[in-house]
Amino acid sequence: MAFKIIVCAKQVPDTNVIKINPKTGTLIRDGVPSILNHDDANALEEALKIKDQYPDTHITVVTMGPPQAKDLLLECLAMGADEGVLVSDRAVGGSDTWATSNTLEAAIRKIGEYDLVFAGRQAIDGDTAQVGPQIAEKLHLPQVTYVEKFSIDKNLKDITVQRQLEDGYETIKLKTPCMLTAIKELNTPRYMTISGIFTAQKKPIHVWNAKDIGVDLTTVGLEASPTNVFRSFTPAPKGKGIVLEGDTEAEVSKKLLVNLKAKHVI
Amino acid sequence: MAIEILKDKCIGCGLCFKSCPYDAFEFEPYTGNKAGKVAKVNAKCSFCNQCLTACKFGAIKEKAAEAAVDLSDYKHIWVYAEQRDGKLMNVALELIGEGYRLAKEISEDTKVCALLVGDGIAHLADECYAYGAEEVILIEDPLLKNYTTDAYTKVIYDAIMEKKPEIVLYGATHIGRDLAPRIAARCNTGLTADCTRLDVKVSSYIEFAKKSTTLDTSTLDPNDPSTGIKQTRPAFGGNLMATIICPRTRPQMSTVRPGVMQKREKVAGAKGELTVIKPNIKEDDIHVKLVEIVKSAKEIVSLTDADIICSGGRGLGGPEGFKLIKEFADKVGGVVGSSRAAVDAGWIDHSHQVGQTGTTVKPKIYFACGISGAIQHLAGMQTSDIIVAINKDPDAPIFEVADFGIVGDLYKVIPQIIAEWDNAEALYDASTK
Repeated sequence: MAFKIIVCAKQVPDTNVIKINPKTGTLIRDGVPSILNHDDANALEEALKIKDQYPDTHITVVTMGPPQAKDLLLECLAMGADEGVLVSDRAVGGSDTWATSNTLEAAIRKIGEYDLVFAGRQAIDGDTAQVGPQIAEKLHLPQVTYVEKFSIDKNLKDITVQRQLEDGYETIKLKTPCMLTAIKELNTPRYMTISGIFTAQKKPIHVWNAKDIGVDLTTVGLEASPTNVFRSFTPAPKGKGIVLEGDTEAEVSKKLLVNLKAKHVI
Repeated sequence: MAIEILKDKCIGCGLCFKSCPYDAFEFEPYTGNKAGKVAKVNAKCSFCNQCLTACKFGAIKEKAAEAAVDLSDYKHIWVYAEQRDGKLMNVALELIGEGYRLAKEISEDTKVCALLVGDGIAHLADECYAYGAEEVILIEDPLLKNYTTDAYTKVIYDAIMEKKPEIVLYGATHIGRDLAPRIAARCNTGLTADCTRLDVKVSSYIEFAKKSTTLDTSTLDPNDPSTGIKQTRPAFGGNLMATIICPRTRPQMSTVRPGVMQKREKVAGAKGELTVIKPNIKEDDIHVKLVEIVKSAKEIVSLTDADIICSGGRGLGGPEGFKLIKEFADKVGGVVGSSRAAVDAGWIDHSHQVGQTGTTVKPKIYFACGISGAIQHLAGMQTSDIIVAINKDPDAPIFEVADFGIVGDLYKVIPQIIAEWDNAEALYDASTK
């Protein structure tokens, strides 16, 4: 039987190219591209590596988002995934991580059988790292987050992973089915190939709404989310200090030390 | 909370369009005003509430939240006192300090409780008391010796169900960020990640907002008696700050970035209440097998504890630049930090990285050497007491936040600072004469 992997992915704005307009304090979003979230690309890459080794492997990428998130699925299919699922419904809009994981849980249950669920550790727009573990909780799967090294036995049951810690790592063994979340140290995601882009067009993409996945509508969307945004704002700019000037490096260095001394910090 | 456009007040000016980070506004035809159109919120809205204060005509309103259920069964603040290998993590002590502050803001009889989970760790209770914990909840079992998601989630969830805390705080460590979402999902409650500021009283929140944010506080009532937690965190890669609430479920849960909150002054010999909970845990509950824990040989970088940090960035030009940064740090008694660019280039290990995806720091002095100052980097260091920027490019954004800037070649400037460092006192005396 084919080994089945579900990869959870998210389309995100590239936060690295977002800048703040210093005059108005608002975000400049013009020309900010939507990209496949970095850690999710690592999750997909690891799934593709399993497929490289065991060509019978079937990879389904699931995402939740607006209709244009289909582009992300096409990208994943062009990289080598087999099937895409987009859950798109106004009813799930405004979901926090709890409500998002309810939606993705329902979508994964509808996809059906799986051996492995692979997600990125966190998305760069929210940085919460919560959705992966929360899906795992709802699917009653064991989880390992911050996976930086992965191997699977040829029985396709026994998994060994390295989980990154702040000051090292831990080695963990577990069995399928399980949920893993990837970090960038895990691998280097491959690029789409020309032939991949061609064949992607022929691979199935399913677009499902909340009704299709049979999720309880009282557990998704803004109203159902336990957390709400109370206020949001741009951080106050720290007042600009002084630029020290002098004819030589020695002179400015001395000025700096005098200033630091005057502030009683040295 | 959802956004509502009051059509009779909207004049179709489009001010809200500019405030929206998500491109979620469009116009719809309307005959009731001169412009013949009013703003409309589309499906891209992420409910960030940026537009609330942008509208000068009072046409944007948050839809009121549904009535709160009775949440009064829940009391006290818990801090997950993370320990590894029988040692408390620093962030646990910081959170006890923060939990104490919040508890007293809620009411005199609200306690801060440290939750200790492990095996053979009872001795850590005294350290929790010394830093302000009024109660320690101790859960010990040989199966809890090392952290596993399954076991820790189960025993903490059981304890929460039994004792019903109002708030649970976790350090946003690699373990806290694995554990907290799992517990929150099992409790069907909200969790806010990586908080950098917590408030319970509206008046404290207003004070914070006035001091360190651009938020218009005129819509907030300082006499509001509610004490629901207001959790402020960076979002959108640090470009935006969001304050999150959890109005309808309990406990309210947050993970908090290490290095952000203040420890209380240690009171040696302080005592508090001890509650021992016998956990209900079996080997079958644990579905993973921990084979080994390896401390990497890499140098331990304690950025969060450092008084002085000397950080290098892309401007170093190559990995060898960190030799100079190390020499600088050794001279001033600091530790070496770096920007993400330097880590991504492979010049230095990730453990040195300061910023949104690295460590948050607030040393007494932060030397940014050859760091341009990307917003993600600033998010992790801008609360430093003093920031010194050394950069060739006078237009680098780092100078916007630096207390003292030096425009110049860091390879020439830093050796001079090193050479003169021990003379600072004399130089200062000479300058005041």
